[in-house]
Amino acid sequence: MDLKLKVWRQKNAKEKGKIVNYDAKGISPDMSFLEMLDVVNEDLIVKGDDPIAFEHDCREGICGSCNIMINGEAHGPLPGVTTCQLHMRTFKDGDTIFLEPWRAKAFPVLKDLVVDRSGFDRIIQAGGFVSINTGGAPDANALPIPKKDADVAMDAATCIGCGACVASCKNASAMLFVSAKVSHLALLPQGQVEKKERVKNMVNAMDKEGFGNCTNQYECEAACPKDIKRDFIRVLNKEFILS
Amino acid sequence: MSLDSKIPSGPLEKKWDDYKSHIKLVNPANKRKYTVIVIGTGLAGGSASATLAELGYNVKTFCFQDSPRRAHSIAAQGGINAAKNYQNDGDSVYRLFYDTIKGGDFRAREANVYRLAQVSTNIIDQCVAQGVPFAREYGGHLDNRSFGGAQVSRTFYAKGQTGQQLLLGAYSALSRQIGLGNVKMYPRTEMLDLVVIDGHAKGVVIRDLVTGQVTVHSADAVVLASGGYGNVFYLSTNAKGSNVTATFRAYKKGAFFANPCYTQIHPTCIPVSGDHQSKLTLMSESLRNDGRIWVPKKQGDTRNPADIPESERDYYLERKYPSYGNLCPRDIASRSAKEVCDAGFGVGPGGQGVYLDFSSAINRLGEHTIAERYGNLFQMYEQITGENPYKVPMRIYPAVHYTMGGLWVDYNLMSNLPGLFVIGEANFSDHGANRLGASALMQGLADGYFVLPYTIGNYLAEVGFGKTPSTDHAEFKKAETDANTQLNKFLSIKGKRTVDSFHKELGKIMWNNCGMARTDKSLKEALVKIPEIREEFWKNVNVPGSGADLNQSLEKAGRVADFLEFGELLCLDALTREESCGGHFRSEHQMDDGEAKRDDEKFCHATAWEWKGVGAKPTEHREKLEFENIKLATRSYK
Repeated sequence: MDLKLKVWRQKNAKEKGKIVNYDAKGISPDMSFLEMLDVVNEDLIVKGDDPIAFEHDCREGICGSCNIMINGEAHGPLPGVTTCQLHMRTFKDGDTIFLEPWRAKAFPVLKDLVVDRSGFDRIIQAGGFVSINTGGAPDANALPIPKKDADVAMDAATCIGCGACVASCKNASAMLFVSAKVSHLALLPQGQVEKKERVKNMVNAMDKEGFGNCTNQYECEAACPKDIKRDFIRVLNKEFILS
Repeated sequence: MSLDSKIPSGPLEKKWDDYKSHIKLVNPANKRKYTVIVIGTGLAGGSASATLAELGYNVKTFCFQDSPRRAHSIAAQGGINAAKNYQNDGDSVYRLFYDTIKGGDFRAREANVYRLAQVSTNIIDQCVAQGVPFAREYGGHLDNRSFGGAQVSRTFYAKGQTGQQLLLGAYSALSRQIGLGNVKMYPRTEMLDLVVIDGHAKGVVIRDLVTGQVTVHSADAVVLASGGYGNVFYLSTNAKGSNVTATFRAYKKGAFFANPCYTQIHPTCIPVSGDHQSKLTLMSESLRNDGRIWVPKKQGDTRNPADIPESERDYYLERKYPSYGNLCPRDIASRSAKEVCDAGFGVGPGGQGVYLDFSSAINRLGEHTIAERYGNLFQMYEQITGENPYKVPMRIYPAVHYTMGGLWVDYNLMSNLPGLFVIGEANFSDHGANRLGASALMQGLADGYFVLPYTIGNYLAEVGFGKTPSTDHAEFKKAETDANTQLNKFLSIKGKRTVDSFHKELGKIMWNNCGMARTDKSLKEALVKIPEIREEFWKNVNVPGSGADLNQSLEKAGRVADFLEFGELLCLDALTREESCGGHFRSEHQMDDGEAKRDDEKFCHATAWEWKGVGAKPTEHREKLEFENIKLATRSYK
């Protein structure tokens, strides 16, 4: 397959960026999207150009590193899939593809398609944990948890923190991300003691980072590569009101 | 120099408790006077950083990802072992210890492995208390499943995302300490060198991957939790950023590298689809609980698998290993797959694949149960191959997955360089020549939560506080200058080939000559070719851009330069170890039936290599392995 790429190039956080055109030639439908970019980058280096910077690591859809707006959609057109798990068989020979970084004030661009998502870490540091020191924990089976609760907590805990929810939201809201962590811990007995403080601290941290508010359009849910449900936003709101 | 493993005396089951009762302690008020540097934020580094900070030490933690939550431990799918015996099926600390020693082909240290089995039970308690959402039974208690190399169900899991959930547990503990100001976290940084002063590890050289700035950091002790080196093969299941740099540069500063030839080849990976492939994807070993592995009985049979009747299928693992069947250990399952493919029975493009078939499990349990157990893995498989594994069998083939070798450490997890501690996959200590499934997560967390916090205190108490060196010390200046010189060298070569092209070339040689099977001839050939590639690399590599900003080519250049030296060490180790054991299979040393043939007379030891310069032969040191509690026996899973 031969494709035309229109890629956001930006030297660093300070300089202005622009869209630059590239040809991606001889692309196999079996390649992942990132492998297609590898091929383009190898060509660029040989030609003496600067390769396109993009974030990636596990390439198995789990680590949450990869993050590209593909034709205006976070992680591209397929539901429930990260960029690294998007394969070129999804596209047609001759297609033109736009590649842009996550777009949010709270995720400043560092270079090309790489953005700074450390705001998410600071939200977790504000309260996304159970305050238990190492050692001295009671026997694991001393605290039975109904399977149903454990399963829903697991669904919430599946969030990989990639930021697609923020990138797809017109308000750049981090509500889906925050709600996933708040719900995960609020649904388990271990999370009860700090429940009220946790939600207040995390929501405050979210606001401080410059993420916007939710206006219930659920683009976040549509873009989430891990199918995190918008129901968790309801849990977050409830927990916040109760706090 | 002799290698002192510092194994405490006394009976095996009492060693760790006695040791803990007698080590030196640091007064709580003095702990804040010590600084500890941790490199890496996976299960080992994340849990160690959090725990050391809880204890009161100043901790500086570095990771190359944008967030500590993305360390490669996150990708582990299947589960974590613990000798809880919740299933009442006969498990015990001794049995987990025995299975691990046997699984590692009797090439691990008894005392370390026993301690690992002992603390395994605390790990589950700790993680549950943190809120890790392990799978539950309807009664509310934890669920377990079985994994390769074991006949009991001792594996705890969280869907197919166990590594992710455990890592998020450690990351949340670490985040809490960062928020409290007890850990200073440095994401998007890379360790370029270790600083050794008067024989003790006292600091590191770090490059900020965004600004390019090189800085030095001093400490009272340095902990490497930087993972394994499987990416020396280019294609592996490791994350793309996983590299050998931290451990290799410590090796060049005097730390010994032990058993580098022990590479685990995982049997259940998605086969390679073409030259463009950048990495391989693992399908969790847990799939072998319900999936049956087979190939057609007829060579080159290209029929649709559904059209091949039962009588014309060879379920070769069930045939060869009736008591363990599809759950035999990874090295054995991998080698068996290679054998059937090499003999012309392989399936899929190029014949490099075998079927992992769920049809009988789906008929028995229903699609819903299978989806509940493995849904996300099936989805991932379909994404990559375009085939639906509920309808057609998965195709799998072995791939490089984990490395059991690493820096040599004693019972304290301290390398031969005092003050340099090495934990998790970065050390060599617990898995011998082969790692059983669900044991990597166990070791990472055991080291970080429950072992290092004790042993490092013993070292720090001995050294005393108030001795953190100044970064003005000449050794820091020298290390910083050396790091900058190397970075500038990469940028100045301006050759014609990309960094990746060298990495791929090295990887092919490593896989073909030092992969699932190694011979005297193939290894000697690799030892000629690797220095040639290295020489060309230093003349002809093209690293674009500058050192003053985010430059991914420059990052890769440093890592590939290290792999080009490390690959030679790995092959040398494989050539020196003239026996077969676990993941190290020397074709000259096999039984009549093709099983690995160990040589306990000559090789019942860990080999620890001492750096002597680029291209110079490193010095070999040996730590004899003493088996006092387990009789050395030929492994049998029949």
